[in-house]
Amino acid sequence: MSRQQIADPQHLLFEAPRHQSFITGSEAVAEAVKRANVDMAIAYPITPQSESMHLVGELYEQGYIKDFYRAENEFAVMAAIHGASLGGGRVFTATSGPGTLRAMEMFPVWAGARQPIVCAFMCRGVSLPPSIQPENIEMGMLLDTGMLMLHAEDGQDFHDMILKGFVVAEQPDVHLPVGVFVDGFFATHTKDRVMLPPADLKLPPYDPRSAPVPTFDMETPPMRVTRDPLLNKSNFISGSANASWHQEILAAAERSRRHLRKCLGGLLEVQNPGAKIMIVASGTAVSQSREALRLLRAEGMEVGLIKIKSIRPFPEAELAEATDHADLIVVPEFNAGGWLGREVKAALDNNRRVISAPRIFGGMSMPPGLIVETIKGAMGTKKRTAAGV
Amino acid sequence: MSKRIITPTPALAEYLPQQYKDLVENGPHGRGLGVRDLGSFKEIVEEHPHCAGCGVSLGVRLVAAALPAPEDTLIVGTPGCSFFALSQTAVNYSNTAFGNQNAVASGLKRMLQIRYPDRPKDVVVLVGDGGIADIGLDMTLHSWFRREKITTIMVDNEVYGNTGGQESGMSAEGKVLPMAPRGKNFPKIPVFDLAKSSGCVYGARVTVANPVRLGQVVEKAILVAREVGPTYVQIYTPCPTNMRFSPAETIDVARAAQKGTYAFEEFMSEEAEALIAKSRRE
Repeated sequence: MSRQQIADPQHLLFEAPRHQSFITGSEAVAEAVKRANVDMAIAYPITPQSESMHLVGELYEQGYIKDFYRAENEFAVMAAIHGASLGGGRVFTATSGPGTLRAMEMFPVWAGARQPIVCAFMCRGVSLPPSIQPENIEMGMLLDTGMLMLHAEDGQDFHDMILKGFVVAEQPDVHLPVGVFVDGFFATHTKDRVMLPPADLKLPPYDPRSAPVPTFDMETPPMRVTRDPLLNKSNFISGSANASWHQEILAAAERSRRHLRKCLGGLLEVQNPGAKIMIVASGTAVSQSREALRLLRAEGMEVGLIKIKSIRPFPEAELAEATDHADLIVVPEFNAGGWLGREVKAALDNNRRVISAPRIFGGMSMPPGLIVETIKGAMGTKKRTAAGV
Repeated sequence: MSKRIITPTPALAEYLPQQYKDLVENGPHGRGLGVRDLGSFKEIVEEHPHCAGCGVSLGVRLVAAALPAPEDTLIVGTPGCSFFALSQTAVNYSNTAFGNQNAVASGLKRMLQIRYPDRPKDVVVLVGDGGIADIGLDMTLHSWFRREKITTIMVDNEVYGNTGGQESGMSAEGKVLPMAPRGKNFPKIPVFDLAKSSGCVYGARVTVANPVRLGQVVEKAILVAREVGPTYVQIYTPCPTNMRFSPAETIDVARAAQKGTYAFEEFMSEEAEALIAKSRRE
């Protein structure tokens, strides 16, 4: 292990000269963790997450991480990560599809315990039928767990969002878990150019005093957290205490917007802002949409693209502004449920403009031509409607 | 933790409740007190809402009194009856999703070893039979297989007390209970035997009817876990509410069990035995 210097996050993330690498998304995870000054990582094997956590294990062997083990199942991983985070250190783990669902009960616990855990989700289909193919339906199931959710388009995003995830998660006015999501296989198993900051720099260590709740180490008062169990009481005081705790989690997520804007350069990013037809996408659907834009431009059609980077918090106001002038909004996504389409519809006025399609699931990559056809089909419908046909 | 951490500044002291002042002035922190000293110091367990005659609350109270270093002890629990007394205990107490306690304790213990390499922090799992033997059994066993340096203590009331007395894996065979309308049709899960074969270096089976012995085994289990490896204590904590006996008979019921399924038993590895002998000499 080369000796690492602690760097100011601003310098590490934005200023330090980067060098180009040609690596898989899984390798990009390890490159981020290498620079994140992680105290402990815990892993359970699941495709397509496994390779990234093999590499994180090697970081432990090389001395970049202080403790690491392979646990018995994903629920146990997320529980142990919760325990490790209670102890006042920086932790990392990753999971995928069925593993996400198996561990589900722990995610609201992380948020409720106000833990700045960063977890990478390499999304895939969930049974049944059994699938290890890319799909991001699990994101739709995690929308209300209280964690912040960032959706990476490619290896570069994945690397950067993991490092930035720690920075945002640990802000004293946020202090919430951050899930960094990527569409499995497309981004995890393919090599791409990723610009990496110097390997001899790392984030400053986690400071448990930045937490809004006491660290669990018998060194941080109060030692006794509750006087009466809030559970099992339906009186006004315990109800109010419980509800205000939840409100504060939601408020913390709202406060994260400021930090996310600074770190990500905005919760969304717009290409061709003036176009009357806008595609709204997240994850690898953004890349396929870029290709659709190229195909449409070749036919003389100008279409815009909005890449949503932060799913939680969701950029409602930015999205409304960026689509205010649009006549047609198409939302392609990699799942059968259409959760992003629902999010977009809920954020916009006149949401009949929104076509929640195409939806690709079951393991196929998204043909850009399908996005093109969806747009043309919707335009044809509009024309026929306008002509009274 | 040094006593200084919980000592309030004089300006604040007068506004704190009496129970807190008592804890600072006469608590067990750093004094090496035990079950035999009960009544002479302010206990870390505060008043609680358990049923009259509750074996679990007595078990929790005795374990708390037996902690060799309450000032550096962290208790990991799980939902269930044990939660009610523990959430009001003056040590860090975590309670999240049902059954995850040994996984949480594994992560916590390892992180505390990273952060406090020179100051042992005792991580103690204190949980009911449903949490350890049923819903969390895989995590119980895997923490032992991995040789995590934590102490696991089961307060066994042989039912899911908090949800209405349903059958648990630790219920006696044949017992008619909610969700076992024809009687439980398999024996108690042999968690104590599993502890022996799964990596625990010390184990003891006791009841609340023998508080002094209970205190001794808890202390040994925690000291051994600190140095050697995983340890397990299984305590019979009978439930008058669900087993339908008078709250005044809890100790009698526990004492009767000592002649049968809860006969005292203890095992230890050679390394654990040497450590216990050494701590006795000191």
